Amino acid sequence: MQKINWLLKMAWRDSRRNRGRLILFISSIVLGIAALVAIDSFGENLRTDIGNQAKTLLGADIAISGTKAAESTTLALFDSLSTEMSTRYDFASMVNFPKQEKTRLVQVIALDGGYPYYGKFNTVPEYNEAQFQGGQHALVDKAIFTQFKIKVGDTIDVGEASFKVIGEIISVPGRSSIGSAALPSVYIPMAYLAKTQLVQIGSRVEYSYFLKTPETENPDSIAQFLKPQLEKKLLRAETVASRQAGVSRAFDSMNQFLNLVGFIALLLGCLGVASAVHIYIKDKLSTVAILRCLGVSGRQAFLIYLIQISIMGLIGAILGAILGGLIQQILPIIFQEFLPIENITTAVSYTAMGQGIIIGVVISILFALLPLLGIRKTSPLRTLRASFEESDSRFDPAKMLVYLLIALFVIGFAYLQIGDLIASVIFAVGVFLAFLILVAVAKIVMFLVRRFSPVGWSYVARQGIANLYRPNNQTLILIVTIGLGTAMIATLFFIQGLLLNQVALTGEGEQPNMIVFGIQPEDKNAVATLAKDYELPLLQQVPIVTIRLEKINGKDKKAMKQDSTRKISRWVFNREYRVTYRDTMTDSEKIIKGEWYGDMNDKDPDKIYISLSDRIADAMEAKIGDELTFNVQGVRMKTIVSSVREVDFTRMQTNFFVVFPTGILEEAPQFNVLVSRVPTMEVSAKFQQDLVKQFPTVSAIDISQILESVEDILNKVSFVIQFMAMFSILTGILVLISSVALSKYQRIRESVLLRTLGASRRQILFINALEYFALGALATLTGLLLSFIASFLLAIFVFQITFVPNLWGSLLVFIVITGLTVFIGMFNSREVLNKPPLEVLRSEI
Amino acid sequence: MLFICLEEIVLITTQNMSTILKVNNLTKTYNTDSNPLTVLNNVSFSLNEGDTFSIVGSSGSGKTTLLGLCAGLDRVSNGSVELNNIRLDDLDEDERAALRNKYVGFVFQSFQLIPTLTALENVMVPLELRGEKDAAKTAKDLLNRVGLENRHHHYPTQLSGGEQQRVSIARAFSNRPKILFADEPTGNLDEATSQKVEQLIFDLNKEAGTTLVMVTHDLELAAKTQRVLTLKGGKVISDVVN
Ligand SMILES: Nc1ncnc2c1ncn2[C@@H]1O[C@H](COP(=O)(O)OP(=O)(O)O)[C@@H](O)[C@H]1O
Ligand SMILES: [Mg+2]
Repeated sequence: MQKINWLLKMAWRDSRRNRGRLILFISSIVLGIAALVAIDSFGENLRTDIGNQAKTLLGADIAISGTKAAESTTLALFDSLSTEMSTRYDFASMVNFPKQEKTRLVQVIALDGGYPYYGKFNTVPEYNEAQFQGGQHALVDKAIFTQFKIKVGDTIDVGEASFKVIGEIISVPGRSSIGSAALPSVYIPMAYLAKTQLVQIGSRVEYSYFLKTPETENPDSIAQFLKPQLEKKLLRAETVASRQAGVSRAFDSMNQFLNLVGFIALLLGCLGVASAVHIYIKDKLSTVAILRCLGVSGRQAFLIYLIQISIMGLIGAILGAILGGLIQQILPIIFQEFLPIENITTAVSYTAMGQGIIIGVVISILFALLPLLGIRKTSPLRTLRASFEESDSRFDPAKMLVYLLIALFVIGFAYLQIGDLIASVIFAVGVFLAFLILVAVAKIVMFLVRRFSPVGWSYVARQGIANLYRPNNQTLILIVTIGLGTAMIATLFFIQGLLLNQVALTGEGEQPNMIVFGIQPEDKNAVATLAKDYELPLLQQVPIVTIRLEKINGKDKKAMKQDSTRKISRWVFNREYRVTYRDTMTDSEKIIKGEWYGDMNDKDPDKIYISLSDRIADAMEAKIGDELTFNVQGVRMKTIVSSVREVDFTRMQTNFFVVFPTGILEEAPQFNVLVSRVPTMEVSAKFQQDLVKQFPTVSAIDISQILESVEDILNKVSFVIQFMAMFSILTGILVLISSVALSKYQRIRESVLLRTLGASRRQILFINALEYFALGALATLTGLLLSFIASFLLAIFVFQITFVPNLWGSLLVFIVITGLTVFIGMFNSREVLNKPPLEVLRSEI
Repeated sequence: MLFICLEEIVLITTQNMSTILKVNNLTKTYNTDSNPLTVLNNVSFSLNEGDTFSIVGSSGSGKTTLLGLCAGLDRVSNGSVELNNIRLDDLDEDERAALRNKYVGFVFQSFQLIPTLTALENVMVPLELRGEKDAAKTAKDLLNRVGLENRHHHYPTQLSGGEQQRVSIARAFSNRPKILFADEPTGNLDEATSQKVEQLIFDLNKEAGTTLVMVTHDLELAAKTQRVLTLKGGKVISDVVN
């Protein structure tokens, strides 16, 4: 007991004159823990909020929807099961804004009844059901209000009918504002839908029925009861519970990205702890040697510093948790637009804080242990010989144990955050390899510099370079720290750039920018003629048939579900396939397996050979020769997979999961798509107006117009990505600052000595600058190289985008990090330069 | 109270003139990059409790190495060292550390105070380590004894070399060691300060009846001890009792 008291006392006393250094050590874990706590509390609050507001996500007890309208018997059934019911039809259509002389594609939503039963439409002026249903009225999304500067009281044309705008929609239950910005909606009363003449046979409409069930009934059991009858009618039912699960799942992937960011910030913090403690302890070895001389055991000396570091880690973790709690207050503001619920709680999550603090302490101890363990072996002989360096190459089981624990921690934590064991192991192995490469680089540099020291150089230059390998050098630790830090920061920076570029690229260059769809077969030639009248090129004209998948190799969805050997995604059966037929491939396609078939006309009509894109083939686990049974608008059709194509989906053109040969689908109900390029916004607007006038069911998307409204979304997305990445980058920079700043103690005696021997200010600055420049440049270059490899692998295997090395970005990273290293290095020597040598020695050591 | 204790020890030591340090055929070889370097060659001697002993020789003759081996700071290549009848090479690092805390005091050429501790705290370390109750009181007495009444709370960098060495002497005697090792204790000090420090060491040594092993190249200083061992190139060339 007394021993522990003494150890605590010694830890306290010894820390008094090192507070500055210990604060640098703390700083590297504060941000990492802050990111973690902020992200965790945010996630936890969001989950609770989704639970609490679940009913408003759906707006009703049961929602039934499908691509076919319910028949009168089914409607009667709904009616018998509910106390109230609303019907909603949605479809995409062009809407004309005559006052603004603008046309654009919107989501038209026809509604009757008292929906939403939970939550409410948030409109300006306030929503009043009776008023809305009482005439040819429209409610218009705020995105359109901003884009076209329309006002309440304006008239808009939807198909053949005109509607008076009576309100601006601010938010609707269950929809995120980002979602509405991409395809903004216009609400009209169901009673006037027929007047628009937009809903005809073959139109793509989503039919929904919202039921409010009696309070005494359980909506889930009603939904369960309805299920078999709905499936026959191609309808599906959703309840509050199932919607909640769906929203939570969708939110999970966002959370995963955030978790990854938090994890990287934390890893950088670990790196900071390891390097700060390493440098700190190196400086403490002489004290340890004296203690050993006076009879302190290795274990006691080790404990003194372990206590010191643990307490500092605890303080850092607590500060980090508090900071995280504060940052957590702003996350909901940043993410608000992405979320389908309103008013996210910003309550402090004490579980998240507690976890953060525990993780902070564990990290501090775990990553401090490696350098700390060296204390046990410190020889008291140091007291007799000033720079006695131990040759400590013996096998130390304790060190091995720490390495093992660190590996387990990295893998385990990665697993918690990514949720994939193999990915976590790959990640940990990757970090370890990067570490080894940096160690190798440092050793090679030291060897080369020692072997080929520049003979002809001036004394100061030689001294600066020689500092890289002389005793007490900091080459290894700084190259590893700066290199790993750079690699992580640059990877994040590059990936972020690649992701953002990806979206921006779509609207540029000679790529097509207008898609006209919903063209009925009989209008096909007339639409083409209209386009030609506007001198628009007919880049592509494709027929599209909507079909569903029924069976794979004779097994339907149910049978597949029971087959535990196959893990086929559910959506493979649930989705509608929009397929085309043609005899040739486009230039964005490439056959990777099997053979392209093309033309059916004079071949065996029972063998329909189709082509799948690689992604859908993977999802179906389909191989060449497998049999797929499709339902083509009521007609069952057996097909055989003859080829798998690689498709560049990033190209702005019509791409298809499934392509049929010609000679099969020509007679099936279908519509056509025309792809073109409009030269200017004016031509685009005129053409679209003409088009809608002549062919009311046809829709056109002008990519540049979409981009305009999507730009806002993109800016918000990139802001979110950057905001989160900033956490990690800031931590990295702090780690860099603290490692370099701590390293000053290695050189301070020497600088003072040189100063005493009469070295000028410039000479000392030059020696320091050269050493730090060499270290910074080498470490940054290696780090950049590692980040190229990492971003290349991530781009190809995780994000599935092409990797383009960002050379200007690399140059920027190089200049910033090397510059920062040199700057802090020089900043370190300022004291030596501005104060008398003796004063420096007395205050610093 | 301290002095009562010291008197008791003097009584005990004078009554029981046993061997405190025994060095037998001691050899130390360093494995350098090129070829093995024998720094000490077959050194033997033994000391009784209360003896004063000095090791002299030119620089590089192996004095510091010998002192380090006697105090168990390093391992012998051949031969043996017995401190208070305990063979040092039978002990591990921690056992030797415990032994030092119990029986050994040190004074170094470069003082070796812990820079983050005050003068008083430096002196207290060995006492607290033993779990002594009145560590602060004993340490203050000792600091006063070496003439540093007003410097208890100063850090080593705020003290002059002579003052630092006096703190280090106070620390060396704080655990009432049976044997004190001093490696050129005045090597870093000017003449006048050296005189004071030497006097302190001899006085405290006499008061406590401690065995003194001192390395020096100052023959005048060596002459003040009872016995002088001269080293040259790692070999004993003379062992004179004054
Ligand atoms: N770790 C070591 N490796 C190799 N040689 C050493 C080492 N330590 C000391 N020596 C050598 O041992 C010899 C004796 O050193 P030392 O005992 O310090 O001499 P002294 O104290 O008498 O001046 C010197 O020649 C020195 O170079
Ligand atoms: Mg010496």
